[in-house]
Amino acid sequence: MKIGVFVCHCGSNIAGTVDTEKVAAAARKLPGVAFATDTMYACSEPGQEGIVEAVKEHGLDGVVVASCTPRMHEATFRRTVERAGLNRYMFEMANIREHVSWIGKDMDANTNKAAELVAMAVAKLREDRLLFPKKFDINKRVMVLGGGVAGIQAALDCADGGLDVVLVEKTTTIGGKMAKLDKTFPTVDCSSCILGPKMVDIAQHPNITLYAASEVDDVSGYVGNFKVAIRKKQTYVDWDLCTGCGQCMEKCPSKKTPDAFNEFIGPTTAINIPFPQAIPKKASINAEACIMLTKGKCGACAKVCPVEAIRFDQQEEIVHEEVGAIVAATGYDLFDHSKYPEYGGGRIPDVITSMQYERMLSASGPTGGHIKRPSNGEEPKNVVFIQCVGSRDKSVDRPYCSGFCCMYTAKQTILTKDHIPDSQSYVFYMDIRSPGKNYDEFTRRAMEQYGARYIRGRVAQVYEKGDTLIVRGADTLTGTSIEVEADLVVLAVGAESAKGAAQLAEKLRISYDTYGFYMESHPKLKPVETNTAGVFLAGCCQGPKDIPSSVGQGSAAAAKVLAMFSKDQLESDPQISQVDIKRCIGCGKCMSTCPFGAIKEIDFRGQKKAEVIETVCQGCGLCTATCPQGAIQLQHFTDNQILAEVTSLCPPLLEKSFE
Amino acid sequence: MSEARTYGYYPGCSGMGTSMEYERSTRAVCEALGIKLVELEDWSCCGSTPAHTVDHVLSAALSGRNLSIAESMGLDTVITPCPSCLTNLKTATHRMENPEFRSKVDKLLDKPAPGGVAVKSVLQVIFEDVGPDAIREKVVRPLDGLALAPYYGCLMNRPPEVMQFDDPENPTSMDEILKALGADVVPYGLKVECCGASHGIAQKDVVTTLSGRLLDLAYAEHAVAMVTACPLCQMNLDLRQGQINSANKTNYKMPIFYYTQLLGIALGLPEKELGFDKLAVNPAPVLKAIQEPSHAAS
Ligand code: SF4
Ligand code: SF4
Repeated sequence: MKIGVFVCHCGSNIAGTVDTEKVAAAARKLPGVAFATDTMYACSEPGQEGIVEAVKEHGLDGVVVASCTPRMHEATFRRTVERAGLNRYMFEMANIREHVSWIGKDMDANTNKAAELVAMAVAKLREDRLLFPKKFDINKRVMVLGGGVAGIQAALDCADGGLDVVLVEKTTTIGGKMAKLDKTFPTVDCSSCILGPKMVDIAQHPNITLYAASEVDDVSGYVGNFKVAIRKKQTYVDWDLCTGCGQCMEKCPSKKTPDAFNEFIGPTTAINIPFPQAIPKKASINAEACIMLTKGKCGACAKVCPVEAIRFDQQEEIVHEEVGAIVAATGYDLFDHSKYPEYGGGRIPDVITSMQYERMLSASGPTGGHIKRPSNGEEPKNVVFIQCVGSRDKSVDRPYCSGFCCMYTAKQTILTKDHIPDSQSYVFYMDIRSPGKNYDEFTRRAMEQYGARYIRGRVAQVYEKGDTLIVRGADTLTGTSIEVEADLVVLAVGAESAKGAAQLAEKLRISYDTYGFYMESHPKLKPVETNTAGVFLAGCCQGPKDIPSSVGQGSAAAAKVLAMFSKDQLESDPQISQVDIKRCIGCGKCMSTCPFGAIKEIDFRGQKKAEVIETVCQGCGLCTATCPQGAIQLQHFTDNQILAEVTSLCPPLLEKSFE
Repeated sequence: MSEARTYGYYPGCSGMGTSMEYERSTRAVCEALGIKLVELEDWSCCGSTPAHTVDHVLSAALSGRNLSIAESMGLDTVITPCPSCLTNLKTATHRMENPEFRSKVDKLLDKPAPGGVAVKSVLQVIFEDVGPDAIREKVVRPLDGLALAPYYGCLMNRPPEVMQFDDPENPTSMDEILKALGADVVPYGLKVECCGASHGIAQKDVVTTLSGRLLDLAYAEHAVAMVTACPLCQMNLDLRQGQINSANKTNYKMPIFYYTQLLGIALGLPEKELGFDKLAVNPAPVLKAIQEPSHAAS
């Protein structure tokens, strides 16, 4: 076998602390190496051309590139050797950047280690075999999880692209957090006016199937062929019949039901439609508040419903859908401000959250768009906004910036002035973070045109004094402490990952960070992909973001799905396990270890044997380490290949000691 | 309550001087509630403020000595009414979890400081081990309708990882006890604010400003009296109320009680045992509002 070795400088990244020429010279002495050289940037066009030429000129059978991590360029170089006419698996990569030059400064030691890593790669390459990917069909349907603005955008873009879309939303209506907002920054246009038409599009699009009040129960399968079980929760109303007329809501005697859509600032009825523009516009019953379901009497709604849609005995139901790709757009939750007892939220009635304030500002909200003090219903004059409640604060385990609170606070000060012209807003802030288009201008407008007083510093405490609230904090620009009298205090709560985000991630087999936000495949270059093929991300489930970014990401995820579906078949990775049927004793150990359920038991001439389901195997190699017979081998990482690497590093001493 | 619970008792030096009424009422109330106090023999000063500002090891050694007295008397828990003593005892225990620190402390002591002696405030024991329900049953002179502002001071619950009792920002134990006595507890947002502490000696205006604010709020919330659990807080608010009034141009006559005094009166203990005569602001008008023991209950 003729092997070529290319040692990359990566500019000064590698060459700064590794003598690449020496590494190449050492490689030339290795058995099988017909050609070795160092090269400035192996991944650049001339670098790749050099590899192609060398393969042709020296008749090479395999190539080793010693450069950066395979995560960066393994695919690049595989394509290069393929262009040179080789099988793409006749390629090995030695990581002499992340594993060598970036972690030590000692030139000699680094050069040595790099040469050893190259020797290992060469030894493995000698054992490499040609591998060929298989093709499989893809199911060109897509599932979008979450009906907030990011999910809506992804679903519409996919559907407009001709795909069948299944949209799953856990609450009884789509619209997400955006549907609760009164106006949006920096244009101050009405949130439901811009979102509403999109929601209607979802309902009317022939390609979209909407499951509201539903959650993902289980996901199996693989890219191109996922099987998803969806749990449709009971709403106690037959949605096929319900027309959304709302007569039931008028008659329902249980009028003190906690209203989640209105952030609990006003009550609703046990049977209800969350808001006038809800999609689907169907009623559902809150089982905990329904007198019929808790006490067994009432049934007023059933009596008035003109289409007899009420079903007190409805059960939840599991439905199955098959799709080729999944977009997770499950959004976020708001920080629980009761973790700051010093602000008195939950204890002092006139301390409310920013989202509660939004509902108060909204004309369709529980106060009909009037700002009222919850304690006495009066109009507040001094409104104090406290920013960074649950953002940028290690002590509550939220060290990150939630990104949008500076902006919505500015918006709320503007709206406050619009609603109550003789009011005064105060904003306690840490920094103003308004980097979006027209954003900084917007916060300036809040200060300069609308007269919001911005005070830089954290608030220490909010307490009641008679009829008013005292907000005590620091003014770090003047270096004093400050007290502001307030009629209403609005806590600008930050974002945190949605409840249950981690559990869903496990089902989707995607990773999430310490705070429960889903991890993109690469923070810069693969922002909507995950490390699980066929699963994409959009919106705040990946990290807090504002509406424009969520919509942008929704479209980006849709573009990725459409690009993937533009092929009729996908290639499967041949780096998977294979059973040597003669060696297999059918003990089943591999089956119980495989985390993906990729191994099944078969009957082979009357004997139990294992068989790998190729499309399901992820190539993790757990089974190969488990098999007592060495019968199951991971292609491209067989025992022989790994042993060759080890042997090249520590040659067996056995023969010597016999001498 | 059926059987008496026994605790090692550390009165602290203010209890011997400036807050004798706290110390006396604490003893009386504990006896009435079936809490048996065994005073540590030959206890020494906790080091108070000076020691821990100069040398943590020395300060811990003072506490260590007191704790080892408790151990040799066979007591597993030491309780103290004074939050300042409590802080020193608890901080020392907390710091001595570090073996290196502990060995330095042990060098200063005749015998190594014990590891297993728990430290609590009297308030914590009354709240947790007796509890508001049991207290309610023993009330013979309910404080019906008395609007009180509960004031805990900055030390009793903080820092939370050391004190491990109640909420550091919004404690409610004393509120609950007072409610059990029948009082109206007003919403008091400055429960854990600083009164100015020992600044009263060096920089009086700090106390007149900070304690002034405390009185302002109690007044604004229509409290007839404030209730404290700390000798220093009580002194700043009570003894210096005149100074505060003249500095802030106010005219408050707000009695500042120890919670133990009010607890005692509600339990029907004789007023003279509770040291009301030691208070600077005359408590008589407030005390008069409390009804006489009802014969049915006693
Ligand atoms: S562990 Fe190995 S021997 Fe046992 S069933 Fe699996 S492949 Fe066969
Ligand atoms: S390599 Fe991993 S995924 Fe594939 S069969 Fe083995 S254990 Fe399962």
